[in-house]
Amino acid sequence: MSDTILNVSDLHASYGPLSVLRGLNFEVNEGQVVVILGANGAGKTTTLRSICQMCDTEGSITLRGTDISSKGTADIIRLGVGHVPQGRGTFAELSVIDNLLIGSYTRSDDGVQADIDRWFEMFPILAERRDQLAGSLSGGEQQMLAVARALMSRPELLLLDEPSLGLAPIIVEQLFETLQRLNKEDGLTMLLVEQNANLALSMADHGYVIESGLIALEGSAQALMTDPAVQAAYLGA
Amino acid sequence: MTFSTFLTFVFAGLQDGAIYATVAIALVLIFKATTLINFAQGELAMLGAFFVYILSVEQGWPVWPAIFAAMLLSAGLGAAVERTLVRPFDPTDHLPVVLITLGLFLFVNALAGDIWNYQLRPFPVIFDRFPDWMPGIGGDRFIEIGGARLFYDTIGVWFTLGCMLLFLNVLLTRTQVGLAFRAVSSNVESARLAGVNTGRTLGFGWALAAAFGALGATLVAPSLGGIQPNLMVAILIYALAGAALGGLDSLGGAVMGGLIVGLIQSVVVSWFFVTVLEQRWMSVLQLGFAFAVILGVLVFRPSGLFGTRIIERV
Repeated sequence: MSDTILNVSDLHASYGPLSVLRGLNFEVNEGQVVVILGANGAGKTTTLRSICQMCDTEGSITLRGTDISSKGTADIIRLGVGHVPQGRGTFAELSVIDNLLIGSYTRSDDGVQADIDRWFEMFPILAERRDQLAGSLSGGEQQMLAVARALMSRPELLLLDEPSLGLAPIIVEQLFETLQRLNKEDGLTMLLVEQNANLALSMADHGYVIESGLIALEGSAQALMTDPAVQAAYLGA
Repeated sequence: MTFSTFLTFVFAGLQDGAIYATVAIALVLIFKATTLINFAQGELAMLGAFFVYILSVEQGWPVWPAIFAAMLLSAGLGAAVERTLVRPFDPTDHLPVVLITLGLFLFVNALAGDIWNYQLRPFPVIFDRFPDWMPGIGGDRFIEIGGARLFYDTIGVWFTLGCMLLFLNVLLTRTQVGLAFRAVSSNVESARLAGVNTGRTLGFGWALAAAFGALGATLVAPSLGGIQPNLMVAILIYALAGAALGGLDSLGGAVMGGLIVGLIQSVVVSWFFVTVLEQRWMSVLQLGFAFAVILGVLVFRPSGLFGTRIIERV
């Protein structure tokens, strides 16, 4: 049995008066890729933002048994969560290398340069563009930079918010191959929010479907892929 | 106009411009990070200059230690303002914070007026004569270039601006806190997700801006013959014009904008209008020119000369 890294129970989240999540329960086990599916506005992004305390939450969120629901975002990142936000969230006015350095902000060890070299090796295009401003990169390059930036904090759990959004199919394929490699080779645990259900389920171990702030369905990736309701709603079958 | 007169106006303009640039940098530092204009920047700077006054004139400190101490005090004050008056408010809603900075402007001005009244008080001369170790010119107040006098005071202000820019550049590009500040300026949400404590980082920006503002006010006072609470009111407008001209989110632009405003004020406004019109119109015209620059930039080129135009890439 693998250990639970993230456990979320009875999670409510809101932006001011607007309540988005209405009692979510889910967990992510070590080494797994877990995917959250759902329509626009179902609360997928909010779920990820709740984990990092980027919105008002109620309920319990534990990371390796430690309650993080009352901690600040910076502390949660320090505890080992990496977050690739929707829309990539690169620092447009900063160079590629500075983007990576800010990713290592929480670290004080001397392995930062080695990590930069490693991600440059994995994303060679970033190495080529190391002194360019992030804002001048293409969408796909920016997405790679966003992932590399999040990895610079050496997270145990990587949250990915629609990494395929707005990217050409070939780029999406490359990106997901890389993510899969990170999962298989480094054992990096991922919680992935995606609209592209086919792609997401093909690399995931487990999945949840959110509908209007509640978990409507859960199961192994395989089970979800063959589920008629999921097929009808998300796989276009 | 002879060339030497022209050159005299150029030197004077670039001296004023360097001071505007100093204050413009303070404005831009905060604007970059929060897209807010801190209207109290000038008044906080004026307080900083009064710290110099207290320490050097009243307490008898040597002038440079007094300036450094005043900059540190101002930095603390700037951080305190950010912590108590700015951070509690929603950063995406600008109106409350702008009103707070306007209120602070009036409050600090009135407070200073109450403490020190509005009479001109003596202020130490910072750059009086070339130091004695300089061969040939040691002890002089100016050197002559092309028949025009280039005062030690002017060179000193330029030198101070240069040191300040160098310091700022090293701080922003070579230190962890500088990197964090640039990250927060670029994308607050992502900075938080990278583990940056955004509140503390913005506090650092306010502290830095306040320290630079204090330095700017300290350079203004000697050229106005002393210090009084309205010291920075017009300067803030000029600095704002410079910052808008350079592009409100560009530090290099703030420097260029400040210098250009100073230069045009001196060469065009002082020389042309004073020879054509009467002397008494000068200060009115200078202020009017600054407003015209702000208005013109906002209407015709909102991103200024060097600012980033907002481009969204999906």
